[in-house]
Amino acid sequence: MSIKGKAYIAGVYEHPTRKADDKSLAQLHAEVAHGALADAGLTKADVDGYFCSGDAPGLGGLSMADYMGLKVRHIDTTETGGSSYVVHVGHAAEAIAAGKCNVALITLAGRPRAEGMATGTAPRNYGAAAPDVAFEFPFGPTVVNQYAMAAMRHMHQYGTTSAQLAWIKVAASQHAQHNPHALLRDVVTVEEVVGSPMVADPLHRLDCCVITDGGGAIVVTRPEVARALERPRVRLLGAGEAVKHQAGGRIDLTYTGALWSGQSAFAEAGVRPTDIKYVSIYDSFTITVLITLEDLGFCDKGQGGKFVSDGNLISGTGRLPFNTDGGGLCNNHPANRGGLTKVVEAVRQLRGEAHPKVQVKNCDVALAHGTGGSLATRHGSATVIMERES
Amino acid sequence: MSGSRRTIAAPPVSPETKPFWDGAAAGKLLLKRCEACGEPHYYPRAICPFCGSDRTTWLEASGRGTIYSYSVFRRAPIPYAIAYVTLEEGPTMMTNIVDGDLDAIRIGQRVRVRFTPTDGGPPVPMFAPA
Repeated sequence: MSIKGKAYIAGVYEHPTRKADDKSLAQLHAEVAHGALADAGLTKADVDGYFCSGDAPGLGGLSMADYMGLKVRHIDTTETGGSSYVVHVGHAAEAIAAGKCNVALITLAGRPRAEGMATGTAPRNYGAAAPDVAFEFPFGPTVVNQYAMAAMRHMHQYGTTSAQLAWIKVAASQHAQHNPHALLRDVVTVEEVVGSPMVADPLHRLDCCVITDGGGAIVVTRPEVARALERPRVRLLGAGEAVKHQAGGRIDLTYTGALWSGQSAFAEAGVRPTDIKYVSIYDSFTITVLITLEDLGFCDKGQGGKFVSDGNLISGTGRLPFNTDGGGLCNNHPANRGGLTKVVEAVRQLRGEAHPKVQVKNCDVALAHGTGGSLATRHGSATVIMERES
Repeated sequence: MSGSRRTIAAPPVSPETKPFWDGAAAGKLLLKRCEACGEPHYYPRAICPFCGSDRTTWLEASGRGTIYSYSVFRRAPIPYAIAYVTLEEGPTMMTNIVDGDLDAIRIGQRVRVRFTPTDGGPPVPMFAPA
């Protein structure tokens, strides 16, 4: 069974807040849910499938269905970190294709800024029962120094440079200047990125994404529902998901699960990387984008540094415009999980509703990719490919 | 290196991994090896992650390896080097590189295990330049 053409993204919403001191976590989930339903022209009563992940409070899907008053016949709380919501889009399409629901609601929300969380720089302990903790936690693994090791290896093996990584942040900042909601709107240069303080060799402060509160939501529907709505139609063509891990100690930091999730999504969609007009690529760090673009087939392995250089990712000038909302590097990384907003900006591009300064011309096919966990050693990868139905 | 040392968190010990930590306390770095498929793995598991056999046995490693990748965490109150070290026996493991100049660490460098005390638990295998 394929999901191709069997489901549509009918509604999306990104919460405008970046610091939610005055809101509860459950409230944020409900606000984004209603935002996406309103965008689609649907109401809460239309929802019969609900998807959320580890950021949802309490018992997750149960607590949020209770809070929002949802009556659902399908629930999915798959947890793959920041990639969860891209996985959810694929799962929602599968459920719709199998007749398990008609209108699937996906929500994400969090308030790490309001809570003062040391998101990327404090070692995270997932508890004594996590089988890896005894063999990793004593060595001080943080989000940033683990991604940094992937960057260090890539530089060693392929000659990738800090200046090349910096181009990814430069492109994001060029886009973010046009987004009034973006946390960081100042355009930066390669020199400013490589001159910013070193956090974990070789990643500088400006190689790292922002920490923000907020969230977002996506509504996926069956074709008949989408066709009855007033909004531009975005059809799902393909979805792929993968888990990459340490393989019992055969660690290879040079590639990610995008190698597999991308192949699945492209095969199902029946398109090639050269058909893609716009990409949303998870950008927890600059290195995340570089390795992912290689793995998805936009350039050869090891050539990512050259590929992203000289503004190649900047809308209007580059060959592959990416993250035109400013991405996680500049705009928003709600709940420390950037997968959902990746889908949101891809839908804006396909609808022609991105900011006019960054809107890609004739944007008919787009790709969104999520990465969640520790890069190359224990993470989820998820890819979705969508097209505008004219 | 400065005189101040960061506190190393104690590893939680389970019945499955107790022999590893007993070995660490005795200065031995242990891996698991599968008798069914012959492959060594790390971190150690009761069930082989390659073939699924439960016939896994402990194997004492030489304690020698090379640095596969590393990162010096500059923002920590006391900067430290996290690393992946590839052991002579094959598996690559997360660790810290200690007892040397943080700025002199290089990928491919030969290193040797050095067990380091933790905060109320068994010592953990870190590595120093060989």
